[in-house]
Amino acid sequence: MLEIVIASSIKVIIVVIAVLTGCAYATYMERKLVAHFQHRIGPLYAGPYGLLQPMADAVKLIFKEDIVPDKVERYTYALAPVISFIPAMLIFAVIPFGKDTSVFGYGIKMVLSDLNIAVLFIFAITSLGIYGIILGGWSSGSKYSLMGGLRSSAQMISYEVSYGLSIIGVILIANTLSLRELVNQQASDSIWFFSHWYVWRQPLGFLLYLTCAIAETNRAPFDLPEAESELVGGYHTEYSSMRFSMFFIGEYANMLAVSAVGATLFFGGWQGPFVNTIPLLGIVWFVLKVFLFMFFYIWLRATFPRFRYDQLMNFGWKILLPLALFNTMLTSLLVALKVI
Amino acid sequence: MKEIAKALGDVFIQMPKGLLVTFKHLFKKPVTLDYPRKKKPMTPRYRGLHYLERYDDGSERCVCCGLCAAACPADAIYMEPEENEHGERRAKVYEINLLRCIFCGFCEEACPEEAIFLGHEYEFSNDNRNSFIYTKGQMLVPHPRKDKPFKRIYRRIRKVYGVTDKPK
Repeated sequence: MLEIVIASSIKVIIVVIAVLTGCAYATYMERKLVAHFQHRIGPLYAGPYGLLQPMADAVKLIFKEDIVPDKVERYTYALAPVISFIPAMLIFAVIPFGKDTSVFGYGIKMVLSDLNIAVLFIFAITSLGIYGIILGGWSSGSKYSLMGGLRSSAQMISYEVSYGLSIIGVILIANTLSLRELVNQQASDSIWFFSHWYVWRQPLGFLLYLTCAIAETNRAPFDLPEAESELVGGYHTEYSSMRFSMFFIGEYANMLAVSAVGATLFFGGWQGPFVNTIPLLGIVWFVLKVFLFMFFYIWLRATFPRFRYDQLMNFGWKILLPLALFNTMLTSLLVALKVI
Repeated sequence: MKEIAKALGDVFIQMPKGLLVTFKHLFKKPVTLDYPRKKKPMTPRYRGLHYLERYDDGSERCVCCGLCAAACPADAIYMEPEENEHGERRAKVYEINLLRCIFCGFCEEACPEEAIFLGHEYEFSNDNRNSFIYTKGQMLVPHPRKDKPFKRIYRRIRKVYGVTDKPK
Protein backbone atom coordinates (compact mmCIF):
# COMPACT_ATOMS: atom_id res chain seq x y z
CA MET A 1 0.00 0.00 0.00
CA LEU A 2 2.70 2.44 1.05
CA GLU A 3 4.63 1.58 -2.07
CA ILE A 4 1.69 2.55 -4.25
CA VAL A 5 1.20 5.82 -2.38
CA ILE A 6 4.84 6.77 -2.73
CA ALA A 7 5.07 5.77 -6.37
CA SER A 8 1.87 7.63 -7.26
CA SER A 9 2.97 10.72 -5.37
CA ILE A 10 6.26 10.82 -7.21
CA LYS A 11 4.49 10.36 -10.52
CA VAL A 12 1.98 13.10 -9.73
CA ILE A 13 4.70 15.53 -8.75
CA ILE A 14 6.70 14.79 -11.88
CA VAL A 15 3.69 15.15 -14.15
CA VAL A 16 2.54 18.40 -12.52
CA ILE A 17 6.01 19.90 -12.80
CA ALA A 18 6.32 18.69 -16.38
CA VAL A 19 2.97 20.16 -17.35
CA LEU A 20 3.69 23.51 -15.69
CA THR A 21 7.10 23.68 -17.35
CA GLY A 22 5.43 22.69 -20.59
CA CYS A 23 2.97 25.56 -20.19
CA ALA A 24 5.77 28.00 -19.47
CA TYR A 25 7.72 26.92 -22.50
CA ALA A 26 4.59 26.81 -24.63
CA THR A 27 4.39 30.56 -24.10
CA TYR A 28 8.02 30.88 -25.10
CA MET A 29 7.42 28.69 -28.14
CA GLU A 30 4.38 30.72 -29.10
CA ARG A 31 6.14 34.06 -28.78
CA LYS A 32 9.18 32.85 -30.65
CA LEU A 33 7.23 31.17 -33.45
CA VAL A 34 4.75 34.00 -33.96
CA ALA A 35 7.69 36.39 -34.03
CA HIS A 36 9.40 34.38 -36.75
CA PHE A 37 6.15 34.06 -38.69
CA GLN A 38 6.15 37.86 -38.73
CA HIS A 39 9.87 38.25 -39.53
CA ARG A 40 10.64 39.33 -36.00
CA ILE A 41 13.03 37.76 -33.50
CA GLY A 42 10.96 37.39 -30.35
CA PRO A 43 12.29 37.17 -26.79
CA LEU A 44 16.06 37.39 -26.85
CA TYR A 45 17.47 38.99 -23.75
CA ALA A 46 16.68 36.67 -20.83
CA GLY A 47 19.22 33.91 -21.11
CA PRO A 48 20.63 32.48 -24.33
CA TYR A 49 18.05 32.94 -27.12
CA GLY A 50 15.69 34.27 -24.46
CA LEU A 51 15.29 30.78 -23.03
CA LEU A 52 14.79 32.08 -19.51
CA GLN A 53 11.98 34.39 -20.58
CA PRO A 54 9.23 32.18 -19.06
CA MET A 55 11.04 32.28 -15.72
CA ALA A 56 11.36 36.05 -15.92
CA ASP A 57 7.66 36.33 -16.74
CA ALA A 58 6.74 34.10 -13.83
CA VAL A 59 8.84 36.12 -11.41
CA LYS A 60 7.35 39.34 -12.71
CA LEU A 61 3.79 38.07 -12.35
CA ILE A 62 4.35 36.76 -8.83
CA PHE A 63 5.80 40.03 -7.60
CA LYS A 64 3.18 42.23 -9.18
CA GLU A 65 0.54 43.85 -7.03
CA ASP A 66 -2.69 41.89 -6.89
CA ILE A 67 -5.28 44.52 -7.70
CA VAL A 68 -8.86 43.66 -6.77
CA PRO A 69 -11.34 46.14 -8.24
CA ASP A 70 -13.93 47.69 -5.95
CA LYS A 71 -17.16 46.19 -7.23
CA VAL A 72 -16.23 42.55 -7.70
CA GLU A 73 -17.94 39.54 -6.19
CA ARG A 74 -15.02 38.75 -3.98
CA TYR A 75 -15.32 35.00 -3.52
CA THR A 76 -16.27 34.21 -7.06
CA TYR A 77 -13.58 36.56 -8.26
CA ALA A 78 -10.95 34.68 -6.27
CA LEU A 79 -12.35 31.30 -7.21
CA ALA A 80 -12.64 31.76 -10.98
CA PRO A 81 -8.92 31.52 -11.89
CA VAL A 82 -8.59 28.35 -9.85
CA ILE A 83 -11.60 26.82 -11.55
CA SER A 84 -10.17 27.53 -14.96
CA PHE A 85 -6.74 26.26 -13.97
CA ILE A 86 -7.48 23.02 -12.12
CA PRO A 87 -9.55 21.15 -14.75
CA ALA A 88 -6.87 21.74 -17.34
CA MET A 89 -4.36 20.08 -15.05
CA LEU A 90 -6.76 17.27 -14.13
CA ILE A 91 -6.92 16.03 -17.70
CA PHE A 92 -3.32 14.91 -17.50
CA ALA A 93 -4.30 12.46 -14.78
CA VAL A 94 -5.66 9.99 -17.30
CA ILE A 95 -3.38 10.49 -20.27
CA PRO A 96 -0.84 7.71 -20.79
CA PHE A 97 2.51 9.24 -21.60
CA GLY A 98 4.78 6.26 -22.08
CA LYS A 99 5.23 2.54 -22.22
CA ASP A 100 4.98 0.76 -18.88
CA THR A 101 8.43 0.13 -17.45
CA SER A 102 9.92 -1.23 -14.30
CA VAL A 103 12.43 0.50 -12.07
CA PHE A 104 14.42 -1.77 -9.71
CA GLY A 105 11.95 -4.55 -10.37
CA TYR A 106 9.01 -2.37 -9.47
CA GLY A 107 6.52 -2.05 -12.29
CA ILE A 108 5.49 1.48 -13.14
CA LYS A 109 2.49 2.36 -15.26
CA MET A 110 3.21 5.45 -17.30
CA VAL A 111 -0.16 6.95 -16.52
CA LEU A 112 -1.35 8.55 -13.34
CA SER A 113 -4.71 6.84 -13.28
CA ASP A 114 -5.67 4.09 -15.70
CA LEU A 115 -9.33 4.98 -15.77
CA ASN A 116 -11.53 2.71 -17.86
CA ILE A 117 -13.77 5.68 -18.78
CA ALA A 118 -10.92 8.09 -19.38
CA VAL A 119 -12.47 9.64 -22.49
CA LEU A 120 -15.69 10.46 -20.63
CA PHE A 121 -13.65 11.83 -17.75
CA ILE A 122 -11.77 14.14 -20.09
CA PHE A 123 -14.94 15.50 -21.62
CA ALA A 124 -16.57 16.03 -18.26
CA ILE A 125 -13.53 17.87 -16.94
CA THR A 126 -12.97 19.97 -20.06
CA SER A 127 -16.50 21.30 -19.78
CA LEU A 128 -15.85 22.38 -16.19
CA GLY A 129 -13.16 24.76 -17.36
CA ILE A 130 -15.84 27.00 -18.85
CA TYR A 131 -17.09 27.89 -15.38
CA GLY A 132 -13.82 29.57 -14.58
CA ILE A 133 -14.17 31.85 -17.57
CA ILE A 134 -17.85 32.63 -17.08
CA LEU A 135 -17.52 33.25 -13.35
CA GLY A 136 -14.39 35.31 -13.88
CA GLY A 137 -16.18 37.42 -16.45
CA TRP A 138 -19.30 37.84 -14.38
CA SER A 139 -17.72 38.48 -10.98
CA SER A 140 -15.38 41.16 -12.32
CA GLY A 141 -18.24 43.64 -12.57
CA SER A 142 -16.94 45.00 -15.84
CA LYS A 143 -18.82 45.05 -19.11
CA TYR A 144 -15.85 43.86 -21.12
CA SER A 145 -15.30 40.90 -18.84
CA LEU A 146 -18.99 40.08 -18.86
CA MET A 147 -19.12 40.19 -22.65
CA GLY A 148 -16.08 37.95 -22.80
CA GLY A 149 -17.61 35.51 -20.37
CA LEU A 150 -20.94 35.45 -22.21
CA ARG A 151 -19.28 34.92 -25.54
CA SER A 152 -17.18 32.12 -24.19
CA SER A 153 -20.17 30.37 -22.65
CA ALA A 154 -22.10 30.54 -25.91
CA GLN A 155 -19.08 29.49 -27.91
CA MET A 156 -18.11 26.60 -25.71
CA ILE A 157 -21.62 25.22 -25.44
CA SER A 158 -21.94 25.37 -29.22
CA TYR A 159 -18.68 23.63 -29.87
CA GLU A 160 -18.94 21.16 -27.01
CA VAL A 161 -21.55 19.20 -28.97
CA SER A 162 -19.40 18.74 -32.04
CA TYR A 163 -16.36 18.21 -29.82
CA GLY A 164 -18.01 15.27 -28.15
CA LEU A 165 -19.37 13.85 -31.40
CA SER A 166 -16.05 14.17 -33.21
CA ILE A 167 -14.43 11.43 -31.16
CA ILE A 168 -17.43 9.11 -31.08
CA GLY A 169 -16.05 7.63 -34.29
CA VAL A 170 -12.79 6.63 -32.65
CA ILE A 171 -14.60 5.13 -29.70
CA LEU A 172 -16.90 3.19 -32.01
CA ILE A 173 -13.96 1.66 -33.81
CA ALA A 174 -11.88 1.05 -30.71
CA ASN A 175 -14.79 -0.22 -28.66
CA THR A 176 -13.24 1.15 -25.48
CA LEU A 177 -13.15 4.33 -23.41
CA SER A 178 -9.78 3.61 -21.82
CA LEU A 179 -6.97 5.70 -23.23
CA ARG A 180 -4.41 3.03 -22.39
CA GLU A 181 -6.36 0.52 -24.42
CA LEU A 182 -6.78 3.04 -27.25
CA VAL A 183 -3.04 3.60 -27.42
CA ASN A 184 -2.30 -0.11 -27.36
CA GLN A 185 -4.67 -0.65 -30.27
CA GLN A 186 -2.70 1.82 -32.36
CA ALA A 187 0.57 -0.05 -31.89
CA SER A 188 2.34 -1.39 -34.94
CA ASP A 189 5.65 -3.23 -35.12
CA SER A 190 6.19 -2.85 -38.84
CA ILE A 191 8.25 -0.10 -40.43
CA TRP A 192 4.99 1.72 -41.14
CA PHE A 193 4.66 2.54 -37.49
CA PHE A 194 1.89 5.01 -38.20
CA SER A 195 -0.30 2.60 -40.13
CA HIS A 196 -2.60 1.81 -37.21
CA TRP A 197 -3.17 5.37 -36.11
CA TYR A 198 -6.83 6.25 -35.92
CA VAL A 199 -6.32 9.41 -37.92
CA TRP A 200 -6.31 7.28 -41.10
CA ARG A 201 -9.59 5.66 -40.20
CA GLN A 202 -11.16 8.87 -38.87
CA PRO A 203 -9.86 11.72 -41.05
CA LEU A 204 -13.07 13.72 -40.81
CA GLY A 205 -13.32 13.01 -37.12
CA PHE A 206 -9.80 14.28 -36.64
CA LEU A 207 -10.46 17.50 -38.54
CA LEU A 208 -13.59 18.08 -36.49
CA TYR A 209 -11.71 17.35 -33.29
CA LEU A 210 -8.97 19.79 -34.22
CA THR A 211 -11.41 22.57 -35.06
CA CYS A 212 -13.54 22.07 -31.98
CA ALA A 213 -10.47 21.78 -29.76
CA ILE A 214 -9.28 25.18 -30.94
CA ALA A 215 -12.69 26.65 -30.24
CA GLU A 216 -12.83 24.91 -26.85
CA THR A 217 -9.53 26.37 -25.74
CA ASN A 218 -10.43 29.87 -26.99
CA ARG A 219 -7.55 30.10 -29.36
CA ALA A 220 -7.26 32.09 -32.55
CA PRO A 221 -9.17 32.15 -34.86
CA PHE A 222 -11.88 31.38 -32.29
CA ASP A 223 -10.52 33.62 -29.54
CA LEU A 224 -13.63 35.75 -29.19
CA PRO A 225 -13.80 35.58 -25.38
CA GLU A 226 -10.57 37.50 -25.14
CA ALA A 227 -10.81 39.50 -28.33
CA GLU A 228 -8.26 42.19 -27.61
CA SER A 229 -9.49 44.59 -30.24
CA GLU A 230 -13.04 44.95 -28.95
CA LEU A 231 -13.11 43.50 -25.43
CA VAL A 232 -9.79 44.81 -24.09
CA GLY A 233 -8.83 41.48 -22.54
CA GLY A 234 -12.15 39.69 -22.33
CA TYR A 235 -12.89 37.73 -19.19
CA HIS A 236 -9.55 38.47 -17.55
CA THR A 237 -9.57 42.24 -18.09
CA GLU A 238 -9.92 42.98 -14.36
CA TYR A 239 -7.42 40.39 -13.20
CA SER A 240 -3.82 41.05 -12.38
CA SER A 241 -0.77 39.40 -10.88
CA MET A 242 -0.92 35.68 -10.08
CA ARG A 243 -4.67 35.43 -10.66
CA PHE A 244 -4.25 36.63 -14.20
CA SER A 245 -1.38 34.25 -14.72
CA MET A 246 -3.52 31.37 -13.47
CA PHE A 247 -5.97 32.10 -16.27
CA PHE A 248 -3.02 32.21 -18.57
CA ILE A 249 -1.50 28.95 -17.36
CA GLY A 250 -4.97 27.44 -17.50
CA GLU A 251 -5.29 28.41 -21.14
CA TYR A 252 -1.95 26.90 -22.04
CA ALA A 253 -2.53 23.81 -19.92
CA ASN A 254 -5.82 23.42 -21.77
CA MET A 255 -4.02 23.68 -25.09
CA LEU A 256 -1.52 21.08 -23.97
CA ALA A 257 -4.33 18.90 -22.70
CA VAL A 258 -6.36 18.89 -25.91
CA SER A 259 -3.13 18.39 -27.84
CA ALA A 260 -2.30 15.42 -25.65
CA VAL A 261 -5.79 13.98 -26.03
CA GLY A 262 -5.65 14.52 -29.78
CA ALA A 263 -2.25 12.84 -29.98
CA THR A 264 -3.52 9.94 -27.90
CA LEU A 265 -6.77 9.43 -29.78
CA PHE A 266 -5.62 9.98 -33.32
CA PHE A 267 -1.83 9.68 -33.45
CA GLY A 268 -1.12 6.66 -31.29
CA GLY A 269 -0.11 8.49 -28.12
CA TRP A 270 3.36 7.35 -27.15
CA GLN A 271 3.57 4.72 -29.88
CA GLY A 272 6.42 5.20 -32.29
CA PRO A 273 9.43 3.49 -33.80
CA PHE A 274 11.81 1.60 -31.46
CA VAL A 275 9.47 2.06 -28.53
CA ASN A 276 9.58 -1.65 -27.76
CA THR A 277 13.37 -1.76 -27.47
CA ILE A 278 13.75 1.50 -25.55
CA PRO A 279 10.58 2.01 -23.50
CA LEU A 280 11.50 5.53 -22.38
CA LEU A 281 11.41 6.63 -26.01
CA GLY A 282 7.62 6.55 -25.65
CA ILE A 283 7.72 9.75 -23.61
CA VAL A 284 9.79 11.42 -26.30
CA TRP A 285 7.35 10.46 -29.05
CA PHE A 286 4.45 11.61 -26.93
CA VAL A 287 5.97 15.01 -26.16
CA LEU A 288 6.93 15.40 -29.79
CA LYS A 289 3.38 14.74 -30.94
CA VAL A 290 1.94 17.12 -28.37
CA PHE A 291 4.29 19.86 -29.47
CA LEU A 292 3.47 19.25 -33.13
CA PHE A 293 -0.13 19.94 -32.18
CA MET A 294 1.00 23.05 -30.35
CA PHE A 295 2.93 24.13 -33.41
CA PHE A 296 -0.21 23.78 -35.48
CA TYR A 297 -2.13 25.88 -32.97
CA ILE A 298 0.42 28.64 -33.16
CA TRP A 299 0.65 28.35 -36.91
CA LEU A 300 -3.11 28.87 -37.15
CA ARG A 301 -2.89 31.86 -34.84
CA ALA A 302 -0.24 33.41 -37.03
CA THR A 303 -2.29 32.81 -40.17
CA PHE A 304 -5.99 33.46 -39.71
CA PRO A 305 -7.90 36.48 -38.44
CA ARG A 306 -10.58 36.13 -35.79
CA PHE A 307 -14.09 34.99 -36.71
CA ARG A 308 -16.99 37.34 -36.40
CA TYR A 309 -19.46 36.29 -33.73
CA ASP A 310 -22.27 35.26 -36.11
CA GLN A 311 -19.78 33.46 -38.34
CA LEU A 312 -18.62 31.54 -35.33
CA MET A 313 -22.13 30.48 -34.40
CA ASN A 314 -23.05 29.59 -37.98
CA PHE A 315 -19.89 27.58 -38.33
CA GLY A 316 -20.50 25.70 -35.10
CA TRP A 317 -24.15 24.81 -35.59
CA LYS A 318 -24.66 24.70 -39.34
CA ILE A 319 -21.40 23.13 -40.48
CA LEU A 320 -19.53 21.39 -37.70
CA LEU A 321 -22.54 19.76 -36.07
CA PRO A 322 -24.00 18.24 -39.27
CA LEU A 323 -20.55 17.05 -40.27
CA ALA A 324 -19.99 15.50 -36.86
CA LEU A 325 -23.37 13.76 -37.02
CA PHE A 326 -22.61 12.54 -40.54
CA ASN A 327 -19.24 11.25 -39.41
CA THR A 328 -20.82 9.43 -36.49
CA MET A 329 -23.44 7.79 -38.67
CA LEU A 330 -20.96 6.85 -41.38
CA THR A 331 -18.59 5.32 -38.86
CA SER A 332 -21.41 3.41 -37.16
CA LEU A 333 -22.47 2.04 -40.51
CA LEU A 334 -18.95 1.01 -41.45
CA VAL A 335 -18.36 -0.55 -38.05
CA ALA A 336 -21.66 -2.41 -38.29
CA LEU A 337 -20.68 -3.71 -41.71
CA LYS A 338 -17.25 -4.58 -40.29
CA VAL A 339 -15.47 -2.51 -42.94
CA ILE A 340 -13.18 -0.71 -40.47
CA MET B 1 -25.76 21.58 -47.73
CA LYS B 2 -24.35 24.38 -49.85
CA GLU B 3 -22.77 25.95 -46.81
CA ILE B 4 -21.16 22.70 -45.78
CA ALA B 5 -19.73 22.18 -49.24
CA LYS B 6 -18.32 25.69 -49.18
CA ALA B 7 -16.84 25.18 -45.74
CA LEU B 8 -15.20 21.92 -46.80
CA GLY B 9 -13.82 23.68 -49.86
CA ASP B 10 -12.40 26.35 -47.60
CA VAL B 11 -10.87 23.80 -45.26
CA PHE B 12 -9.24 21.72 -47.96
CA ILE B 13 -8.30 24.35 -50.53
CA GLN B 14 -8.30 27.88 -49.17
CA MET B 15 -6.95 27.28 -45.69
CA PRO B 16 -3.94 25.19 -46.73
CA LYS B 17 -3.06 27.99 -49.15
CA GLY B 18 -3.03 30.51 -46.34
CA LEU B 19 -1.13 28.20 -44.04
CA LEU B 20 1.46 27.60 -46.72
CA VAL B 21 2.02 31.32 -47.14
CA THR B 22 2.73 31.83 -43.44
CA PHE B 23 4.84 28.68 -43.32
CA LYS B 24 7.09 30.06 -46.03
CA HIS B 25 7.55 33.22 -44.03
CA LEU B 26 8.59 31.24 -40.97
CA PHE B 27 11.99 30.54 -42.49
CA LYS B 28 12.71 33.97 -43.84
CA LYS B 29 15.34 36.08 -42.20
CA PRO B 30 13.85 38.34 -39.54
CA VAL B 31 13.97 42.00 -40.45
CA THR B 32 14.44 43.01 -36.83
CA LEU B 33 17.88 44.31 -36.03
CA ASP B 34 19.04 43.38 -32.53
CA TYR B 35 19.90 47.05 -32.23
CA PRO B 36 21.95 47.88 -29.18
CA ARG B 37 23.92 44.67 -29.63
CA LYS B 38 24.31 44.75 -33.38
CA LYS B 39 24.52 47.91 -35.40
CA LYS B 40 23.69 48.57 -38.96
CA PRO B 41 26.74 49.72 -40.91
CA MET B 42 26.24 53.32 -41.99
CA THR B 43 26.64 54.32 -45.60
CA PRO B 44 30.02 55.98 -46.27
CA ARG B 45 28.37 59.33 -46.91
CA TYR B 46 26.35 59.30 -43.69
CA ARG B 47 26.71 62.57 -41.77
CA GLY B 48 26.83 61.97 -38.05
CA LEU B 49 28.75 63.49 -35.19
CA HIS B 50 31.59 65.84 -36.18
CA TYR B 51 35.21 65.04 -35.52
CA LEU B 52 38.34 67.14 -35.86
CA GLU B 53 41.21 65.57 -37.77
CA ARG B 54 44.92 65.78 -36.86
CA TYR B 55 48.12 65.63 -38.87
CA ASP B 56 50.11 62.44 -38.66
CA ASP B 57 52.45 63.98 -36.10
CA GLY B 58 49.50 64.73 -33.86
CA SER B 59 49.16 68.46 -34.35
CA GLU B 60 45.70 69.80 -35.06
CA ARG B 61 44.71 70.53 -38.61
CA CYS B 62 42.24 73.23 -37.66
CA VAL B 63 43.68 76.75 -37.93
CA CYS B 64 40.55 78.45 -36.66
CA CYS B 65 39.96 80.36 -39.91
CA GLY B 66 36.21 80.58 -39.28
CA LEU B 67 35.12 79.43 -42.73
CA CYS B 68 33.09 76.60 -41.29
CA ALA B 69 31.32 79.00 -38.96
CA ALA B 70 30.66 81.27 -41.91
CA ALA B 71 29.32 78.42 -44.01
CA CYS B 72 27.17 77.07 -41.24
CA PRO B 73 23.51 77.83 -42.09
CA ALA B 74 22.41 77.05 -38.55
CA ASP B 75 25.02 79.24 -36.91
CA ALA B 76 26.05 76.37 -34.67
CA ILE B 77 29.82 76.81 -34.64
CA TYR B 78 31.67 79.12 -32.27
CA MET B 79 35.47 79.49 -32.15
CA GLU B 80 38.24 81.57 -30.56
CA PRO B 81 41.80 81.49 -31.97
CA GLU B 82 45.16 81.37 -30.17
CA GLU B 83 48.80 80.70 -31.01
CA ASN B 84 50.59 77.56 -30.02
CA GLU B 85 54.21 77.30 -28.87
CA HIS B 86 55.50 77.32 -32.49
CA GLY B 87 53.62 80.50 -33.29
CA GLU B 88 51.03 78.64 -35.32
CA ARG B 89 47.40 79.58 -35.26
CA ARG B 90 44.96 77.14 -33.78
CA ALA B 91 41.61 77.10 -32.04
CA LYS B 92 41.52 77.90 -28.35
CA VAL B 93 37.81 77.31 -28.19
CA TYR B 94 35.95 75.32 -30.81
CA GLU B 95 32.38 74.53 -30.00
CA ILE B 96 29.53 73.05 -32.02
CA ASN B 97 26.04 73.31 -30.65
CA LEU B 98 24.54 70.03 -31.78
CA LEU B 99 21.04 71.21 -30.96
CA ARG B 100 21.41 73.91 -33.60
CA CYS B 101 23.39 71.79 -36.04
CA ILE B 102 21.38 70.38 -38.93
CA PHE B 103 24.14 67.99 -40.06
CA CYS B 104 24.20 69.47 -43.55
CA GLY B 105 27.95 68.96 -43.92
CA PHE B 106 28.68 72.47 -45.22
CA CYS B 107 31.42 72.92 -42.60
CA GLU B 108 33.10 69.83 -43.96
CA GLU B 109 32.94 71.24 -47.47
CA ALA B 110 34.03 74.73 -46.48
CA CYS B 111 37.10 73.65 -44.52
CA PRO B 112 40.29 74.49 -46.45
CA GLU B 113 42.50 72.47 -44.08
CA GLU B 114 40.45 69.26 -44.22
CA ALA B 115 40.14 69.47 -40.48
CA ILE B 116 36.45 68.89 -39.76
CA PHE B 117 34.47 65.87 -40.88
CA LEU B 118 31.07 64.44 -40.12
CA GLY B 119 31.55 60.92 -38.85
CA HIS B 120 29.30 57.92 -38.47
CA GLU B 121 28.59 58.26 -34.79
CA TYR B 122 24.91 58.89 -34.10
CA GLU B 123 24.41 57.86 -30.49
CA PHE B 124 25.00 61.09 -28.60
CA SER B 125 21.71 61.59 -26.84
CA ASN B 126 21.89 63.26 -23.47
CA ASP B 127 19.66 64.48 -20.68
CA ASN B 128 20.65 68.13 -20.46
CA ARG B 129 21.03 70.76 -23.10
CA ASN B 130 24.48 71.92 -22.07
CA SER B 131 25.96 68.55 -22.91
CA PHE B 132 25.07 69.08 -26.53
CA ILE B 133 27.61 71.85 -26.90
CA TYR B 134 30.56 69.76 -27.99
CA THR B 135 34.00 71.19 -27.34
CA LYS B 136 37.24 70.74 -29.18
CA GLY B 137 38.44 68.08 -26.77
CA GLN B 138 35.38 65.97 -27.37
CA MET B 139 35.65 66.14 -31.13
CA LEU B 140 39.39 65.89 -31.74
CA VAL B 141 40.39 62.41 -32.78
CA PRO B 142 42.65 60.87 -30.14
CA HIS B 143 46.38 60.82 -30.71
CA PRO B 144 47.85 58.31 -31.18
CA ARG B 145 44.79 56.77 -32.78
CA LYS B 146 43.36 53.94 -30.79
CA ASP B 147 43.36 50.47 -32.25
CA LYS B 148 40.00 49.34 -33.48
CA PRO B 149 39.18 46.79 -30.76
CA PHE B 150 39.57 49.46 -28.13
CA LYS B 151 37.62 52.06 -30.00
CA ARG B 152 34.29 51.10 -28.58
CA ILE B 153 35.57 50.94 -25.01
CA TYR B 154 37.31 54.28 -25.47
CA ARG B 155 34.14 55.81 -26.82
CA ARG B 156 32.20 54.40 -23.89
CA ILE B 157 34.67 55.85 -21.38
CA ARG B 158 34.58 59.20 -23.12
CA LYS B 159 30.83 59.18 -22.97
CA VAL B 160 30.71 58.26 -19.30
CA TYR B 161 33.36 60.65 -17.97
CA GLY B 162 33.23 63.39 -20.58
CA VAL B 163 36.69 64.21 -21.91
CA THR B 164 38.01 67.73 -21.48
CA ASP B 165 40.84 69.44 -23.32
CA LYS B 166 44.19 67.96 -22.53
CA PRO B 167 46.39 70.44 -20.66
CA LYS B 168 49.65 71.04 -22.48
